[in-house]
Amino acid sequence: MTTRRQRLLAAGLEVTVPVLLLVIWGLYSSSGSENSYYFPPLTDILSTFADTWLFERVGSDMVPSLVRMGLGFGIAVVVAISAGLLLGLSAQARRAAAPIVEFLRAIPPPALLPFAILVIGVGNSMKVFIIAFVCIWPILLNTIDGVTGVDPTLRETTRVYGVTPRDRLWRVMLPAASPQIFAGMRTSLSLALILMVISEMVASTNGIGYFVLQSQRTFAIPEMWSGILLLGILGYTLNGVFVLIERRVLRWHRGARASALG
Amino acid sequence: MVSVARSVPIRARSLRVPDWLLPWASVAAVLVLFDVLPRIGVLPRDHFPPISETLSTLAEQLGEASFWEAVGNTLQGWALGLGIAAALAIPIGIVIGSSRLLYRAMRGVIEFLRPIPSVALIPLAILIYGTGLQSKVFLAAFASFWQLLVATLYGVQDVDPVATDTARSFGFSRVQRLFRVTLPSAIPYIATGLRIASAVSLILTVTAELVIGSAGLGRSINIARSGGNEELMYALIITTGVLGVLLNGIFVLAERRVLRWHPSQRSGEAGA
Amino acid sequence: MLNVDHLGKTYGEGSDAVEAIGDLEFEVRENEFVCIVGPSGCGKTTLLKCMSGLLAPSRGEVRLHDQRIDGPPERMALVFQEYGRSLYPWMSVRQNVAFPLRRKRLGKDEASNLVEQAVESVDLTGFLDRYPWELSGGMQQRVAIARALAYQPEILLMDEPFASVDAQTRADLEDLILEVRRQYGVTVVFVTHDIDESVYLGDRIVVLTPAPTTVQETLDVDLPAARDQLETKELPEFARLRAHVYRSIKRKQPAAEPEHAAA
Repeated sequence: MTTRRQRLLAAGLEVTVPVLLLVIWGLYSSSGSENSYYFPPLTDILSTFADTWLFERVGSDMVPSLVRMGLGFGIAVVVAISAGLLLGLSAQARRAAAPIVEFLRAIPPPALLPFAILVIGVGNSMKVFIIAFVCIWPILLNTIDGVTGVDPTLRETTRVYGVTPRDRLWRVMLPAASPQIFAGMRTSLSLALILMVISEMVASTNGIGYFVLQSQRTFAIPEMWSGILLLGILGYTLNGVFVLIERRVLRWHRGARASALG
Repeated sequence: MVSVARSVPIRARSLRVPDWLLPWASVAAVLVLFDVLPRIGVLPRDHFPPISETLSTLAEQLGEASFWEAVGNTLQGWALGLGIAAALAIPIGIVIGSSRLLYRAMRGVIEFLRPIPSVALIPLAILIYGTGLQSKVFLAAFASFWQLLVATLYGVQDVDPVATDTARSFGFSRVQRLFRVTLPSAIPYIATGLRIASAVSLILTVTAELVIGSAGLGRSINIARSGGNEELMYALIITTGVLGVLLNGIFVLAERRVLRWHPSQRSGEAGA
Repeated sequence: MLNVDHLGKTYGEGSDAVEAIGDLEFEVRENEFVCIVGPSGCGKTTLLKCMSGLLAPSRGEVRLHDQRIDGPPERMALVFQEYGRSLYPWMSVRQNVAFPLRRKRLGKDEASNLVEQAVESVDLTGFLDRYPWELSGGMQQRVAIARALAYQPEILLMDEPFASVDAQTRADLEDLILEVRRQYGVTVVFVTHDIDESVYLGDRIVVLTPAPTTVQETLDVDLPAARDQLETKELPEFARLRAHVYRSIKRKQPAAEPEHAAA
């Protein structure tokens, strides 16, 4: 097959395959089989989505969810970067903290939820806490990696010119580690979404996670799917926005890497 | 007289604690802290039982059948979830990754389904599979599948084109090239993907146990909390942590083995 | 001005110990351009790191203005061979050159002037707002030089700075460093493995032996102060010096006693 034909075929498939899947969904949902009730026609889902999230329940559920997520993530970023910078600079501190960090980060986040509920209760602070607690680790570890991985020549340059400790931290170490830090933040962002949903499913009276579970309990199936769809869109959008920001801030890094690779 | 004040000392030593001692010292300090503070009332005892009591509860649990049943349930969910995900994602990833056509065709679907947080499907899992093992495995498998699929795709696509061209010039067929060139070069990526997928599978397993109530450590932790048995709750949380460390450790070792035998694909040292 | 006094550096301990520098002794006088040349593996970089205070010597010491160096001195700047890795990639040329000036707490205008002057003296005025990765290797090294110059050091150490650029660029950079040295009146210690370069640039050449390194010999360069890539290199004195240095390096055994620089 010639490449031109291949390219046309590829483009065609790119469109047809999703369409095909949608058609299959449509067929399945209108068949009378056992579980087809749980897969309502897409038109139902979309219209329910419009009714619910544009903009009926935005204030009552979407905003609280996003606020919790935002706060938790924000706190995690500040704490993790600060701690990461300090740990990155001191090998002693790293060695001392290592077993504790390794253990805490290995605890599956949902296992911590009962702990958070016990100590903080079932309100917003608990959710913000658990999101922050879980999101700290990827950022912390990546920050440490970023700092310890700073090019030795760069370090020596900084020493030779007698850069003040303050400048060394904020104007050398932090920017140098920022590609790694952003990678960690991207991981934490998806963790934040997950923890937001779980914490709302377990102990909440509002929020997207709560809504989805509640809809399932009351057999409001299209509503449930509208919530799932919203979560998918949120995941996609948040990640997309983050990547855009990352690209802007790390423009220098891409350029440097590209020229290094020749 | 020109001052030659030095700006940065060559070395700055803070504490004279030998390096090997540091991790032990810090762990000991934490343990002591979390034992003493609750006892003297700085930390509320009903929220933070002294850690010695938690650890003795944990020791007791090691003799209880119910404990090992819960551990077994969690491991079962984890293993099945990871296993199903691997059995599906690796072959599918290899097939899609090796064909530019297929990749273009499936790319949209993958990019659309991937960002859906698997936890969003918990209600769906309840509807279709109920509250037992099947639900748990479905969620764990679903989440791990995407991790592993992406890792496999990346590994297959990142193969050095020079290597495949060389193989082709030696007359190797497509299938032979796949097994002799592409797969070996993709193995490190798949190994890393497996490690991450394992962690994901554990997380989703415990999540399902917590939210849906399937049998396992997640449910036991919740029951312990709501029953006012804080020592047990902490003991079980520590257990999940240990489980996490062990499972991760196994995969890290396996990954290192694979990377050591593997001729390095990238220049310089391995690791991001 | 700068004294290297029985400097010695050993890496590692016991049976694994590597004696990089045996016993080095020489002097750098004010306003001199001293070239340090030697075979590969003779600890030139180690020497420079000890001289700049980045590395602590095992034996002996380095003194600047009769004060022992135990950390990077304020009036000293260092230009590395790997220019690409010594410039901060997230900073523009202007920011890179201005960065070391922050500790001097100059007024904004004064700092700005220093930066612009330094960048102009290396012929990169149009590139002030570009980033290092947008520049060629030679240009990046010029930025590193500009950064060192703006810092207004008394003494400038250079560690094989032109080794990683092509021959044409190297010739341009050699002339550049002579020019800015004349302009800024800075003392230069220049480490190189290129014999031609050492003769062309230096007022004095210190030849090192292979490890454990000592001073093989020191010689004055008796060439006119104004150097030119064509004319100077055609002088018979240039050829003589060059051959002398070459022979000196090729001499297999290290000198039994380090020869002291002529007073």
